[in-house]
Amino acid sequence: MSGTAAAALAAAGVVLLSAGFALGRRTARRGGDDGRDLGTPVERATFQTLHTASLAAPPLRAGLTGETARRAVRRLRPLLGTEALCLTDRTAVLAWDGPGAGHHGDGVMERVAGLLETGRGQSLRTGCADPDCPLRWAVLAPLTGEDGVVGALVAYGSRESAVLARAATELARWVSVQLELAELDRSRTRAVEAEIRALRAQISPHFIFNSLAAIASFVRTDPERARELLLEFADFTRYSFRRHGDFTRLADELRSVEQYLALAGARFGDRLRVTLRIAPEVLPVTLPFLCLQPLVENAVKHGLEDSRTACRITIAARDAGAEAVVTVEDDGVGMDPAALRAILAGERPPSAGIGLTNVDERLRRAYGDACGLVAETAVGAGMKVTLRIPKYHPGVHPGGAGQD
Amino acid sequence: MNQAYTVAAVTAVVLATVLVGALGLRVSRTTSDFYVASRTVGPRLNAAAIGGEYLSAASYLGIAGLVLLQGPELLWYPVGYTAGYLVLLVLVAAPLRRSGAYTLPDFAEARLESVRARRLAGLLVAGVGWLYLLPQLQGAGLTLGILTSAPEWLGGLVVAVVVTGAVAAGGMRSITFVQAFQYWLKLTALLVPALFLLAAWAGDGAPRARFDAPAVLRAAAEVTVRDTVRAEVAAPDAPLTLTVTGTVDGIAYPGVPVTLDRGVHLIEAGTTLRLPAGAPVPERVPDGTAPPARHGLPGGPGDAGRLYAVYGLILATFLGTMGLPHVTVRFYTSPDGRAARRTTLAVLGLVGAFYLLPPVYGALGRIYAPELALTGTADAAVLVLPGRMLGGTAGELLGALLAGGAFAAFLSTASGLTMSVAGVLSRDVLPGRGVRHFRRATLPAMAVPLGLAAVAGRVPVADAVGLAFAVSASSFCPLLVLGIWWRRLTPPGAMAGLVTGGGAALAAVLVTRVGLAPDGWPHTLLAWPAVWSVPLGFLTMVAVSLATPARIPPGTPATLARLHLPEELLTRAYGSAAPPGAGR
Repeated sequence: MSGTAAAALAAAGVVLLSAGFALGRRTARRGGDDGRDLGTPVERATFQTLHTASLAAPPLRAGLTGETARRAVRRLRPLLGTEALCLTDRTAVLAWDGPGAGHHGDGVMERVAGLLETGRGQSLRTGCADPDCPLRWAVLAPLTGEDGVVGALVAYGSRESAVLARAATELARWVSVQLELAELDRSRTRAVEAEIRALRAQISPHFIFNSLAAIASFVRTDPERARELLLEFADFTRYSFRRHGDFTRLADELRSVEQYLALAGARFGDRLRVTLRIAPEVLPVTLPFLCLQPLVENAVKHGLEDSRTACRITIAARDAGAEAVVTVEDDGVGMDPAALRAILAGERPPSAGIGLTNVDERLRRAYGDACGLVAETAVGAGMKVTLRIPKYHPGVHPGGAGQD
Repeated sequence: MNQAYTVAAVTAVVLATVLVGALGLRVSRTTSDFYVASRTVGPRLNAAAIGGEYLSAASYLGIAGLVLLQGPELLWYPVGYTAGYLVLLVLVAAPLRRSGAYTLPDFAEARLESVRARRLAGLLVAGVGWLYLLPQLQGAGLTLGILTSAPEWLGGLVVAVVVTGAVAAGGMRSITFVQAFQYWLKLTALLVPALFLLAAWAGDGAPRARFDAPAVLRAAAEVTVRDTVRAEVAAPDAPLTLTVTGTVDGIAYPGVPVTLDRGVHLIEAGTTLRLPAGAPVPERVPDGTAPPARHGLPGGPGDAGRLYAVYGLILATFLGTMGLPHVTVRFYTSPDGRAARRTTLAVLGLVGAFYLLPPVYGALGRIYAPELALTGTADAAVLVLPGRMLGGTAGELLGALLAGGAFAAFLSTASGLTMSVAGVLSRDVLPGRGVRHFRRATLPAMAVPLGLAAVAGRVPVADAVGLAFAVSASSFCPLLVLGIWWRRLTPPGAMAGLVTGGGAALAAVLVTRVGLAPDGWPHTLLAWPAVWSVPLGFLTMVAVSLATPARIPPGTPATLARLHLPEELLTRAYGSAAPPGAGR
């Protein structure tokens, strides 16, 4: 094979690839509006408007900040078809799209001061000294949130126009709705955080009584063992009650689980058998705080408290490329899959499954819906719960306060 | 050479790799001990694993081949391959671990808070991985070809199939234990024969290798030229007399003695030359059309070109190591930044020890097998030496051991690279996620370099790996160094730098690999792009970042604090890592 032929082959490959890529991008973006029937011009204009609005919505859903306003305003101005568009919050100009940011930008806050007080929109002449400046008229419209006016939308046009005034007001209303949704998102996040905090303090009181009772039974017969168990108990509670960070390392989580199992073992004796199969490579993986212990508690409960015989619990963690896979398995009574599904979906009051539901919820919140719990069970067949934890996920790091 | 031993050794290595991969998980993991959580991977084990994955065909075969061809100047290769870890240790290791990133795209996303930067880094990872896989496959083909006279494509295919299958089946996942085993296997396979060969060399009167004059044959040898070459007879005094079966300078000879004058001669493919003892070996010279075998150091115009090439090599290898995808993922296994640093230190020791051996083979090859330079298979020097110097069963057994080690080198490096490339493809390029997507991604991860290996011309493996280093040094080195040490890096700056530096190096490398580069200075500049492309990458990144100050990621101060502060400062007060009984 000569060099020229190889080069020609490589070049042809590159050309083909880029042509295919360009074609794919075109069809994906345009939805194929070249030649195919997509409705009347009015319908097409509607599609275009809806599409633009859908592009502007995601930034706004993150709240009103400089970065989100900058990204949203680029999409919003074509929607309005004005010369310039500006978004402010209560104190400063957040973003400006179009010309004239220099000599108009400074005066904006004075103009919207009244609007921020009253929440009433208005249309006024800019009185610009520069004869070439196209920004002759400004339409001010309020952006409202739960707590009243949170900012203003200012649209500049070259002449007075009722259409512009109407359109700007409607746009401001649409933006306000997005901002309210953003607030809704935030309050939902706060609710989940409160729930996590609630779970954290919620080491089962029964477990504490039972552990202390088991320890007490050893104080006379085996004081040394009692002392060890008390130390385990101290370590376990210290870890469980810590207040810092939403995430922890798998190694720390497993250590806590080992302490938990040591205490449970003191109570159940030989009936509880535990196998740990942990790949050392995944020990540094970061995962939500206290998300293994509830699963193990569940396994112990299913394996022992409901049946009289011995039970084996297997905890395994293995490396799977960019993910770590952790499984908690017991050979206890199991449960009806339909009932478990109902509990996980929140349709049924969780009797034993509060831990499972909560862990599932927190995993989904941290890593997205692809990483929820997977439970395999049937009546009398034990239960196996699998967690897939990405080794890296943006915003997840030990001691981190979550992704807000 | 006895094929039975060799085939047995290669088969044993392949089987052992697959079996240890499949069973090692069970053997090393089943435990009921409590406090298993404290058994993190120690720095030494992790370092051996990094060494096992890092020491590729280029190190195992390529360095000896280049030393044979071009002499001690090429010792910059082992020095550079080792010293890259020094740069990694000083500038990158601990902060990279503390960033929590598993792959380089992860780091780009964590530091720059930009998904686009992540995608771009992913593309470059795939590019570097493919460039690095290419010589592994070619080396495997060469090895199997030399040892069993199998066709050249077979060895590459064997490695490709074994690695793809094992990675897709989950057998050779990043199991530290397996890769650490590979390091010791490679070291043993190279060390034991080296001791025997050195003993034989000492028994032979310890002749000195000469690199300043044409190599001289110690015994009569028969050489079959595989592809048409131009060879220079540079005998100092008399013309060279040899027996030729085939075509030289356009004249067909049916196995008769021919006298070649001093100067350049054209030897057609398939020609067999029988050289008498004491004859100087004709040296291969590059020509315009075929991919030049010696596009390495002396390919440039004169001393300035040589010096330039040495600097290109130094820059590429010193700065490129930190951007190798299969090396960076291993740092994730370290429990914290401190352990990552210790691991790197241990890697320096292990890799440094390994690199003492290949030059020994190179020098011995110059003495005992100089005709390899003519056939363009100098990379095989390591493999043929035991048969040449010791002969008999001992030579064959040692040769088989070396072949097994070579295959271990191909398999471990190729599996690590395939893992990384497939991981990036499945996460950032192909749609969808999950195990099945990862399996599907292993196919393109291996098919692309396999296809390239069929198309691209043959280049000494160490050189080809050097090209991958150059791309890595021009793209990921600026990203990592500036990302870790400079607050004002912005996503547009980083992306511009990655595209300009990495893209320029990649383009130069591709042009060189397909043989489009004109001779002379342009060729030297394109074959050793690191000298200009690394500064280009850094400058673009800095300039564009300075021009876009508004785009500095909002989380930069927090991220940098996390990269540079020891982990204990973040978690110490909260007792989870405190020893039992230690109070708050």
